[in-house]
Amino acid sequence: MTEHEHIRLPEGSIEKTTTTINLGPTHPATHGVFQNILELDGEKIVSAEQTVGYIHRAFEKLAERRPLYQITPLTDRLNYCSSPINNMGWHITCEKLLGIKIPKRVDYLRVIIMELARISDHLICNSIVGVDTGAYTGFLYVMQYRELIYEVYEEICGSRLTTNIGRIGGFERNFNAIAFQKLDKFLAEYPAVLKEFINLFERNRIFMERTQGTGPISAERALNYSFTGPNLRAAGVDYDVRVHTPYSSYEDFQFNVPVGTTGDNFDRWQVRNEEMWESLSIIEQAYRKVKEFKGADAEVFHADVPEYYLPEKEDVYTKMEALIWHFKIIMGEIDIPAGEVYSCVEGANGEVGYYLISDGGRTPYRLHFRRPCFIYYQAYEEMTKGSMMSDAIITLSSLNLIAGELDA
Amino acid sequence: MGRPVSYNVNVKPLEKDISIAGMPDGHQGEGFFATKLNDVVGLARKNSIWPLPFATSCCGIEFMATMGSHYDLARFGSERVGFSPRQCDLLMVMGTIAKKMGPVVKQVYLQMAEPRWVIAVGACASSGGIFDTYSVLQGIDQVVPVDVYVPGCPPRPEAIIDGVMRIQDLIGKESLRRRNGDRYKQLLESYGIQ
Amino acid sequence: MSLTNDRIKERLIEKFGEQVSAFSEPYGMLTFEAPKEFNLKVLNFLYDDDELKFRFLTDLQAVHYPDNKGRELAVVYHLHNLVDNVRIRFKVFTDINTPDVYTATGLFSGANWMERETYDFFGVNFVGHPNLKRILNVDEMDYFPMRKEYPLEDQTRIDKDDEMFGRG
Repeated sequence: MTEHEHIRLPEGSIEKTTTTINLGPTHPATHGVFQNILELDGEKIVSAEQTVGYIHRAFEKLAERRPLYQITPLTDRLNYCSSPINNMGWHITCEKLLGIKIPKRVDYLRVIIMELARISDHLICNSIVGVDTGAYTGFLYVMQYRELIYEVYEEICGSRLTTNIGRIGGFERNFNAIAFQKLDKFLAEYPAVLKEFINLFERNRIFMERTQGTGPISAERALNYSFTGPNLRAAGVDYDVRVHTPYSSYEDFQFNVPVGTTGDNFDRWQVRNEEMWESLSIIEQAYRKVKEFKGADAEVFHADVPEYYLPEKEDVYTKMEALIWHFKIIMGEIDIPAGEVYSCVEGANGEVGYYLISDGGRTPYRLHFRRPCFIYYQAYEEMTKGSMMSDAIITLSSLNLIAGELDA
Repeated sequence: MGRPVSYNVNVKPLEKDISIAGMPDGHQGEGFFATKLNDVVGLARKNSIWPLPFATSCCGIEFMATMGSHYDLARFGSERVGFSPRQCDLLMVMGTIAKKMGPVVKQVYLQMAEPRWVIAVGACASSGGIFDTYSVLQGIDQVVPVDVYVPGCPPRPEAIIDGVMRIQDLIGKESLRRRNGDRYKQLLESYGIQ
Repeated sequence: MSLTNDRIKERLIEKFGEQVSAFSEPYGMLTFEAPKEFNLKVLNFLYDDDELKFRFLTDLQAVHYPDNKGRELAVVYHLHNLVDNVRIRFKVFTDINTPDVYTATGLFSGANWMERETYDFFGVNFVGHPNLKRILNVDEMDYFPMRKEYPLEDQTRIDKDDEMFGRG
């Protein structure tokens, strides 16, 4: 606080103290329910304490009650902006435990759906960073194209947001011609939209000045805080689960992993944009590969595991075996082999891990979700100490905190 | 093989150039129109609701889609969403409310000025949804009185719009004396609200 | 030469001898345990050693085994060597009556909230943690909900008919 010469204040009349402000749980800028108790010295943040748990839904305890395929709707609601990735991650974990091998066509279809979900999540995050800096147009423009992604999901699983897509072993139905037509429409219209969205912000002086240099974190601190995903890549570490431990045939695709330098808000925004371009390229490659399957191969949409994959309805009504499997699966009378497995996928926010311990019963003994948002929100205080209040808001939204994943 | 892709390509001609809200019943003549005060006030209120989106989880994202240009909630007059309860009429609770969050919902409701309405969007806000656990409030009607429930997990944007339209019906037909009457007072007493 | 599970096992036995035990490799991930007093020593060794380099803490959680008397709570650490791409799982067992385990926050800042969550759900007391209080549940809760003896549903509900839900 500087004293100006022309303002003479009586001695001892101003007490310098910090203000405590409560940011949240309900606040327009916190996109989700979590609370930050900030101590401000004027506009500068002295300390920040986070309180989470306002949407704690006890997923891990719920999962101990449910057979494997009933846990898929729970995984949807973890990171609800990109729920297919969580679903596929869970199915991949179950397939690892059960030792099921997935045909290539199913893998490629899964890749298409996961990359669409990643685009959908990054779109929300980046446009909300725009809204928080005062630019509402980008958000409204881009929501229109998320509807196209939702239409693709609807064609396959029937639901828009919390998709519960796929089964252990594959998909519930083959992608029909309509789904491919909708995918074509998306691939035709979307690149121009993304280019226009980026143009609105990238060289805009106001946006650059607000996001560059704010909320930085160095690579060493990010690794120490166990960051993963775009937040870690913006700090300079190129750790991507799709490259390190490829799952679902990601090793067959050619893509780059964008990496930033300082880990500030602008870098995170740019890393997410570049990842959207990379996802588009992966979807195009996967689509080409899927089109190469001809004849009987093109009808494959699940692995042959009658114990875990619900049989088709025509078979249930006509064949005895299918009826028995249908009954056993629905009534939950299939035993899971005992064992413990940890499997992870690259979610939109980072490494989504599933640690499943089974003791041979019908439901898991212990299921733990490694939620990236929960782990990197701890670093918020370090990232915003000493910065202004308005920068703190942008840091909060550029970290892409999804409340469902924070609390589980 | 299924039906071919059908997007809406038929341009529906507008019935009128400008559509405005319907006129209430009344008696009109040369230069005057006589109707009940109730109807006029209801008409004004229902077509200019200021909602407060209390979005906690997945239903919040469907609300964002409803506010987007495809499903546009703004055509019903709810153009200005506010985040300050002192300035809003309609509290839209969207998403799971945990027991930790219950007092916060109640406090936000208490800060709203009469007349106020509450819409519970989604299965979790209506009754706890799929989360029948120790930490989830089984429906917000445990803490605040609710006017309309919209089921779904998450409800489609069309369903959310339908819920808002039901609220509009309620607002349009509400008696001006309702909030001062005994029955309303009893309702609030049962929630512990003075 | 890449780091294999056998090589990690050799180095651990060489350094700690009898203290590390129960080596197994479920689904390819080396898993071992150590007594709870040694957890920081093992974590520090895995972090500092230039061949092992397990410098990324992927996850930290607990499991409750009510039937193993004297070893009811298991704290499980998942570590990752990002350079050689090797993962490892390290378990520490503790008694439920004195669930004190040394905290890993000195080594990994990310363990802060993970340990708070473990404390909140299972009651594991992390000795030396800067801020060990409940994180996800309400602060007034007096029991540890993820332990097996506590039920999932809220027992104080009066409006639900258990008969209709098959739990009469």
